[in-house]
Amino acid sequence: MEQKDDEVLGKAYDSQIMKRLLGYVKPYKRYVVLAIMLNVLVAALGPLRPYLTKLAIDDYIAKADHNGLLVISLLLAGSLVFQAVMQYFLTYYTQLMGQKIIYDLRIKIFSHIQKLALRFFDKTPIGRLVTRTTNDVESLNELFSSGIITVFSDIFIIVWIFIFMFTMAWDLSLVTLSVLPVLFYATFLFRRKVRESYRDVRYHLARLNSYMQEHIGGMSIVQLFSKEKREMGNFSSINNAHKNANINSIFYYAVFFPVVELLSSIAIALIIWYGGGEVIQGTLTLGVLFAFIQYTEMFFRPVRDLSEKYNVMQTAMASAERIFKLLDNESFIKNPLNPKPLPVVNGEIEFRDVWFAYKDDEYVLKNVSFKIEPGQTVAIVGATGAGKTSIINLLTRFYDISRGQILVDGTNIAEVDKRELRRHIAIVLQDVVLFSGTVKSNIGLNSSEISEEQIIKAAETVGAAKFITALPNGYNQEVKEKGATLSVGQKQLISFARALAYNPQILILDEATSSIDTDTEILIQKAIEKLLEGRTSIVIAHRLSTIQNADKILVMHKGEIRESGTHTELLAQKGIYYRLYQLQYKDQEITRSA
Amino acid sequence: MHELKKLNKYFLRYKRKLFLGILFILLSNLGQVYIPLLLKDSIDNLTSGFSYDVLLDKALFIVGAAFFAGIFRYLIRMTVIVVSRDIEYDLRQDFWSHIQKLPLRFFQNNSVGNIMAHATNDIGSVRMFVGPAVMYSIDTGTKLIVIIAILLSTSAELTFYSLLPLPFLSYFVYRLSKKIHIRFMRIQEKFSDLTTKAQESFSGIRVVKAYVFEDREIEDFSEISRDYMEKNMAMVKIQAYFQPILFLIAGLSIIIVIWAGGNKVIAGELSLGEISAFIVYLGMLIWPVIAFGWITNIIQQASASMKRLTVFLNEPVEIKNNELTSYVINDYSGDIEFRNVSFRYSENFPLVLDGISLKIKRGSTVAIVGGTGSGKTTLLNLIPRLYDVSGGEITIDGNNIRHIPLDVLRRRIGFVSQETFLFSDTLKRNILYGLDKDNDSEVDKAAEISKLNNDLDNFPKGYETILGERGITLSGGQKQRTSLARAIAVNPRILILDDSFSAVDTNTEEAILRNLREFMKDRTSIIVSHRISTVKDADTIFVLDNGRIKEQGTHEELIALKGYYADLHYKQLLEDELKELS
Repeated sequence: MEQKDDEVLGKAYDSQIMKRLLGYVKPYKRYVVLAIMLNVLVAALGPLRPYLTKLAIDDYIAKADHNGLLVISLLLAGSLVFQAVMQYFLTYYTQLMGQKIIYDLRIKIFSHIQKLALRFFDKTPIGRLVTRTTNDVESLNELFSSGIITVFSDIFIIVWIFIFMFTMAWDLSLVTLSVLPVLFYATFLFRRKVRESYRDVRYHLARLNSYMQEHIGGMSIVQLFSKEKREMGNFSSINNAHKNANINSIFYYAVFFPVVELLSSIAIALIIWYGGGEVIQGTLTLGVLFAFIQYTEMFFRPVRDLSEKYNVMQTAMASAERIFKLLDNESFIKNPLNPKPLPVVNGEIEFRDVWFAYKDDEYVLKNVSFKIEPGQTVAIVGATGAGKTSIINLLTRFYDISRGQILVDGTNIAEVDKRELRRHIAIVLQDVVLFSGTVKSNIGLNSSEISEEQIIKAAETVGAAKFITALPNGYNQEVKEKGATLSVGQKQLISFARALAYNPQILILDEATSSIDTDTEILIQKAIEKLLEGRTSIVIAHRLSTIQNADKILVMHKGEIRESGTHTELLAQKGIYYRLYQLQYKDQEITRSA
Repeated sequence: MHELKKLNKYFLRYKRKLFLGILFILLSNLGQVYIPLLLKDSIDNLTSGFSYDVLLDKALFIVGAAFFAGIFRYLIRMTVIVVSRDIEYDLRQDFWSHIQKLPLRFFQNNSVGNIMAHATNDIGSVRMFVGPAVMYSIDTGTKLIVIIAILLSTSAELTFYSLLPLPFLSYFVYRLSKKIHIRFMRIQEKFSDLTTKAQESFSGIRVVKAYVFEDREIEDFSEISRDYMEKNMAMVKIQAYFQPILFLIAGLSIIIVIWAGGNKVIAGELSLGEISAFIVYLGMLIWPVIAFGWITNIIQQASASMKRLTVFLNEPVEIKNNELTSYVINDYSGDIEFRNVSFRYSENFPLVLDGISLKIKRGSTVAIVGGTGSGKTTLLNLIPRLYDVSGGEITIDGNNIRHIPLDVLRRRIGFVSQETFLFSDTLKRNILYGLDKDNDSEVDKAAEISKLNNDLDNFPKGYETILGERGITLSGGQKQRTSLARAIAVNPRILILDDSFSAVDTNTEEAILRNLREFMKDRTSIIVSHRISTVKDADTIFVLDNGRIKEQGTHEELIALKGYYADLHYKQLLEDELKELS
């Protein structure tokens, strides 16, 4: 699906999108004005030289003026150097401007995505978001850095050539320029054909690549069924189609370039035939003839450049549309207008008749009510899909509830700044997320409020210090470098240390189920005890030890709290908990006692 | 450089076309080089002859020569560049046919991405050498020689002065395009950093939000973006002076001609026509000179790519028919025997299988159980020779499997591996993958046995439904049953099931096993499973532990043994009871 979405190319110009894009150029308005002005000037320098050559021939060579010839040659050299220097600055500054605009836009997209609610992330593939921030922005680069401005440059070069030609000899100009419509037509036709054939090439290339990708992955099936020969046949036909698509596009190049050369030769022939005749009649000087021959060479580049701009515009418009669609998405978790302050928290948590659904009316939590006293540890148990994860998602306001209230210290969390709320809560997720960077930066998350001592202390408390100091670079070890891969258990300990360093009043722990070796298991159990000490905690528990140590157990079943109490109380009830215990936790008792 | 000699065999294949191509280059250059001479004559006519007829004549000749040159220009691309695509095709064919023969080991050691990079980037850069680089070097080489000869015959002195800047131009392009390449790589690296950062931040969004460090993430990202911008600007700096310097040096040559040549015209040593021809020739030389620098880089890159490709192409085909292969064997009935088989993945690695000896009679069913890493899958992989044994031998009908032609061996084995792999094709074509003909009754039969027909209503187009990216996604159980149907469809003598029912519910599994019992009546089956229910009816059950056979016997015998198998059996009984409860 993603592929298709990103492949669609629409029109090359959309005034609304363009207007919005130009909004990003605004801060650099002065650059643009300066660049366009310089372009007009520099565009004249190229066409000036054939005119100077004409002067050299008619006024100095013809009149045997050595000094004059030297002066005009120096003038020519001067204009060449001047143009080169100007061109340098022009390219440099327009590219710089393009880069800056791109930079601004990229940061804007990234920040926007950071603010979006989790609901949005649930239904959008991460890959698509990455594409928006990287490739899509990149394809706008060309539009800003060369597209907009060089269009002016190309047009002005053509205009200047016209001006020089017509002031020198208007009739010869008309004769020479008679090839121009053909050139325009040929160029634009060529562009269109090449565009089409490239689409074809891209299609076949994609087929070739996906065939290879798939069959490298499934090679053992090919070999097991002895289908190498047949697959070779399939591969050959795809490879062949790819080759033919490429050869087709060669054809257009093979025709276009000779045609351009032929047109330029025809122009020269016309100049010699018509202009030469005028020279013989004495109505035209040799210098003009000379200059005209040079002008014919000059025409082709700007025409070709202009025809390329269509492609640039088309991709840019398509990317811009996708980017704006993302920026227009405002599914944020809204902060209240006048948030209530929540500076200190004791850690009392209450759910009052909470209803919640990810999708319309499919409630995953139904009428959930419970209360946790400050400092208590509550374990939530239940089968997969019972609604355990939703409870922790709601407490941090990752999602907003449909009905009911969630209170922290008696304050409705919908009435406080969500970021302030989150400062009091630390979450440890089942799948540990490590960011590129060092062990240290993964514990302290680069916060200026967490000192190095606090990081080390946290690591020591959860028992992670031992393996961290044994790493080649200790706390400064890069976590995603090759060869220094951390085990699952070690990653978990790091995420525990991260929560501890944050020193929250409320802790949410989603225990990982993955089985690890006994030594690490003991380490982790100890670490969890430390983590829960002295703070209000909610644990989605998978460990018998955690459950047994909890002050209260909530048993979730199909979105409802069906039982609550201590381990012994619940076992005695012989209800859902009793069964869950048999299924999930009893084995742990056996292995522990063994 | 010598790496590129390996391409000679490909060049030879197209020697006729290439020879024509070179001929066309020469002919086209002939036409192109003639035009300035015509120009010279016509301008000289304007200063001394004053004849209208000569003018028209020359003008027509110019168009004629351009037409002549153009035709051959067209033909050059249609030969030389087409050959480059032909060779690219051949190279990719050879690459793929070799890859197909490589053993499983190769695919475990090389990521898909890495193999793909060879097949796309490296073959691509070799093509740039084969086509454009070859074309431009012959084109520019011959043009350069002819034009310089003409220029020298006009005026040696002027030639010397005006060509003086050109070697610098060539060297300059060479150096800069190298630099550009390096800076381009740096940009790519930073771009991948940028992508990684975005990827990481978006995937870790829960943690980012929970620990309230969105702002720091934005700051981090801004820093990488700024760095990326700087790397881009480093490139821009080069590009910004690259073009101006090109036309500065080229333009200087022409100004020298105008000044020095102009003085010679005044002195009467040269004609105005000769000067104009000179200028046009210089214009024709500039591109070749630039191309030289560019081509040098292409050759260097192609040579590096060819080197990488050669490493893959020299990768040994470990598992193949050889002089021991007995081609008289064209079928077998399916008595399998392992004789003291041992296996290790690589020389310095520990043994995965150690002294395995077992016999499986035709028509019998054998089951293998054991913990993770006990060597079950490895044992199965040895039968169709996905790997070759390190010690001992495996025989089928008394023939060492290394002596059975590979395709005979594999054709009659129905293998259902642990990780089901289906192609993104129709369900039908997946089931019939092992057959060479479409056969609907075969599909029905295989789907019946594997109970895939139960799900037929869920597939929008029945067996014509396309799977994978462009189609529907099957559930784990459906995938396993499809891959079972695929194995059944080949009408195997030996059926190997490697934990093939893990995602299939127990009721369906029972039904499948019932069907298989009938189907496998006089065929050999080997089943690996974690479920007692799957293995309990097997004729012999082997318990593998650490690469060795620890227990063997029937279900009852093993229960009586009170070992690993009995323990596993007890645990599963417990589990079933618990399930009934809830």
